[in-house]
Formats: sequence, C-alpha cells, structure tokens
Amino acid sequence: MHATHSLVATLEKVRKRYGATTALDGVDLQIESGKILALLGPNGAGKSTAISVLLGLVDPDGGRAQLFGQSPHRLAARRRIGVMLQSATLPETLRVGELVELTATYYPDPKPLAETARIAGIGSLLKSPCGALSGGQLRRVQFALAICGNPELLFLDEPTTGLDIEAREALWRSVRDLVQEGSAVLLTTHYIEEAEALADRVVVLMGGRVLTQGSVDELRAQNLKRQIRCISRVDAEEVRTWPGVSAATRRDRWLEIEAPAAEIIVKRLFAADAELTELEVQRAGLSQAFVKLTQESQA
Amino acid sequence: MNSTTSSQIAKSSTRGDSVGVLSLRIFLRETRMECLRLLRAPSFSVPTITFPALFYVLFGIVLGPPHSDAMLARHTLALFIIFGTLAPGLFGLGVTLAMDRDRGLLQLKRALPMPPGAYLGAKIAMAMVFSGVVSLLLLLIGLTVAHVMLDVYQCVKLFGLAVFGVWPFCGMGLLLGTAVKGAAAPALLNLVYLPMSFLSGLLIPLHALPKVFTYLAPALPPYHLSRLAFSIVDETGSASVLHAVVPLLMAVILFVIVCLRLQKLR
Repeated sequence: MHATHSLVATLEKVRKRYGATTALDGVDLQIESGKILALLGPNGAGKSTAISVLLGLVDPDGGRAQLFGQSPHRLAARRRIGVMLQSATLPETLRVGELVELTATYYPDPKPLAETARIAGIGSLLKSPCGALSGGQLRRVQFALAICGNPELLFLDEPTTGLDIEAREALWRSVRDLVQEGSAVLLTTHYIEEAEALADRVVVLMGGRVLTQGSVDELRAQNLKRQIRCISRVDAEEVRTWPGVSAATRRDRWLEIEAPAAEIIVKRLFAADAELTELEVQRAGLSQAFVKLTQESQA
Repeated sequence: MNSTTSSQIAKSSTRGDSVGVLSLRIFLRETRMECLRLLRAPSFSVPTITFPALFYVLFGIVLGPPHSDAMLARHTLALFIIFGTLAPGLFGLGVTLAMDRDRGLLQLKRALPMPPGAYLGAKIAMAMVFSGVVSLLLLLIGLTVAHVMLDVYQCVKLFGLAVFGVWPFCGMGLLLGTAVKGAAAPALLNLVYLPMSFLSGLLIPLHALPKVFTYLAPALPPYHLSRLAFSIVDETGSASVLHAVVPLLMAVILFVIVCLRLQKLR
C-alpha cells in the first residue's frame, strides 16, 4: 500500500488547558504510515486529550493538529481514519451487522461486511442486538466499526480491555495484519505488554508533556538493570554490599537482586553458594522502564 | 505537514467528489437505523404510537362528542393528531440524545466521518416518520370507527401537518437532551409533555381552563398547530399565517440553540 513511511498525523506544539489543569503542554507527535505508535502514561497524563485533539473532538488552545495534511475537522481527512474509543457504548436495540453496515457507509471504500466480521472475529454476532453482548464481544464489535472503512490510520484507545487472552491475541494479530497492509495505528493502553508486543515506537506522556519517546528497545535501554532470582542461602544484606549491586531482598527462600551487570554477580553468587538453584536472569521490560521513567519524573 | 505527500492530498480531494451522494446515502441509512432503534424499544414505540390512538378512542369517541356533531368530531380528531406529534419529537430525540451523550456514542459519531447534520437530521426524520405513522393510525380510526367526514385532500393535509408539525417538539427534545443526563431525561420531558398538552388546549378546551391560560397558550407550539389543523378540517376555515410561522420560527430558534450547545459541549 505504501512503499515509504510518510507522516499521516501530527501534533505540533499542541497546548490545551481545562481551567487550571494543563492537559497538554507543547506536545509534538508524529504518526507514520505502516507503523504502530503506542501512547503511554499514567492517568491524567494527557493521552485522551491528545487523541481528542487529533480526532478534532477538542480544539487545542495553541499549536496545530493535522490528519493527512488537513485539519481533523475536515471530513475528507476523517474518512481515512478508523476509531475505537474506550468509552463508547452502542445502541442496544440495533444488531451488530446493521451497525457495522451503517458505519461502513461513512466511508468511500469500505471492506465487505464478511471481511470485517472475519478480521474482528464477530461472524457469529452479526444478528445479535448490541444490548445482548458481553464486554469482550462489545470491544470486538467496536474494533469492527473501527476497521470497516479500510482506514489508513487507526485510533485504538484501550482496545483489549475486557478481552480474554485468546481474543486479545487475535486482535493483536489483526492489528499487525492491518499494519502490514500499510495502515498506521495510534494505540493507547494500560497494558504495557500490549505496547511491547505491538508498538514500533512508544511515546510516554506525563503531566501533559512528552517525557520520552523511542522504540521499545530504546526505552528498555534506559533501564539497564538486570533482575537476578535464585533460591540460595546467601544473606541479602551481604549481597547488598557487593560492588555493582543496586538492591537485594529476600522473599522466603528466594533471593532477588538488581544489578546493571548480571554476569559478575552470578559468578560471585556461585562462589558464595555452589548449591544455589532456580537461577533466573531477566532484562528489564518496558514495564519496569516505564515505572522507572515516571517515578523519576515525579521525584 | 511537510512529509505528507501531495498524492495523499490529491487522493482525499478525489474522494471528496462523491461527498454529496455519500452524504445522502448516509443520511438515509442513519434515518432507517434511528427508526429501527426506537421501533425495537417498546418503552418508546408502544406509548408513542398507541397512546394517542387509545386516548382518542376513549376521550374522543367513547366519552367524546355526540356522533351528530360532525364539526366537533372533526376538531377532536384534529386535536388528537396534533397531540400525537408531541411524543416522537420530545421523547424520540430528547431521551436518545441525552443517552448518546452519556454513553459516548455521540463522541464516537463525531470522531467518525459522518457528514455534519446527518446525526441530528436522521433523528428529526425519525420523529417525522413516527409522527406520520401516528397520524395515519388516528385518521384510520377517525374515518372508520368515529365516521369523521374528511375528504382525501383534508387527510393528506392533516398527515403533512403531523409530519412537519413535529419540528418544534424535536427542537424542545433536543434542547433538553443537551442539558440533562440520560436517566433524568424521560422524567423531565414528561414535565414538558403533559403540561404543554393541557395548557395548549389539546386535551382540555381552553375555555374550560382559567382565563389566564388563554393568554399563555399562544406561547406554545401545539396551540398554533391545532389552529392550523382546525383550518384544514373546517370546510370554510382559514388560519392566520402566523400559526404556521410561529411554530416554524420556534423550531428554527431551538435548532440553532441546540447546534450552539452541542458545539460548546465539545
């Protein structure tokens, strides 16, 4: 669909205040075609406001939002996006198939109903009234509404909340397939593992500002600590005095150590206790990197 | 946006060529869905469609004027047809708009590429359809059970009045829908619906009420619509053009206020 990755949506120095609260304070954001951008941040960080500005639901106090080089208010721009909002419930008496067909009419070149149903996994729900759906089924229908128009840019706001593991992985597969076809995705999620599994780039918002951004690996690299776990009789207090150890704690039989360089510590552990078992060494995930970043920012 | 290719912008303009056709298709589909949505909600469809007919049979025919008074029978039918226009506009739009706002559906519709006006336009069209159906049912009962004497032309005009006469009530319903929560909307709308029906002389003749109400009634759209309906059923009757202008003006003012409020609520 797209040979090169071009910008499909941008926020440029966007500012937005609600009374005394600053929701966005000079935020820059770029979304490229064929890429998934994850927007992370604690509650109140400004994620929802950023999405609302990009969708034209909220006008910024300063700066500029653009979709496909146009104002988000332009119908021509919005006809190229799909939207899955976290809060939207659907009319209870309408059937799923009717609603998907209705939403598809908003677009000039929608997917056939059967294809949308297959991708979103709602084939068996098409005749069900929306009021009879479970929370997980409702999320799948909302995903179907988001993709039915063949969008070039997909906004997914907490897409897998309420989904079981199987449905979540199926949705991840569908998102990856859409991205393979050239669509761009802006994803907000509370599940860090979701961003880790899907995102090409991550932007961390905090207090209305971009705290950091980069690839998942780049963000992980900001937290260089390794976590070492083993069952050992070595005293945690003694380990804490070893050079290169950031922290050491004991939980029952388990000794847990944090250290930037794991190899030297592991060697010393074996020297201190040759009978240690269940040794595990883990690199910090995005989750730990996220927690570290936000804690540092709040400190 | 510097990196956006010109081909992308060209693509969007090409797609923009069919906006008119697309908008009409969306409006028609949206109207159909709005009708289905409310037709399948018995708490709305049953009272909206059947209550005017039941009230007409009970108070207009069984306990109503004697069969010999043909003029009074025609007036009674005309009044109940106007009464039937209130609920589709007030409840059909007021409750659904309040609920859509509460539950995030309006937010989603705004984010989706729905043409401006299609959302409210479809709701108004739905109310016109329901009002038309109610008036047809009342005409059927009036012509067959109550033996009201009306020619086809009068019936068509009454039907048209019922279909377009719903507009001011749509405006009232929408205005309340922008102001209250979904759960509170039905109760508050009832506080408008029933007093307005009585105070405009639809259910009780104005001369039977204290005199002050005769002065208040012209401030209410049903009063003017009932005068138009009388002019249709009276063979020699005619109505001041003001009775058409006042409800229309009220509807336009209310629609403008609603649009401004919805803009502000963003």
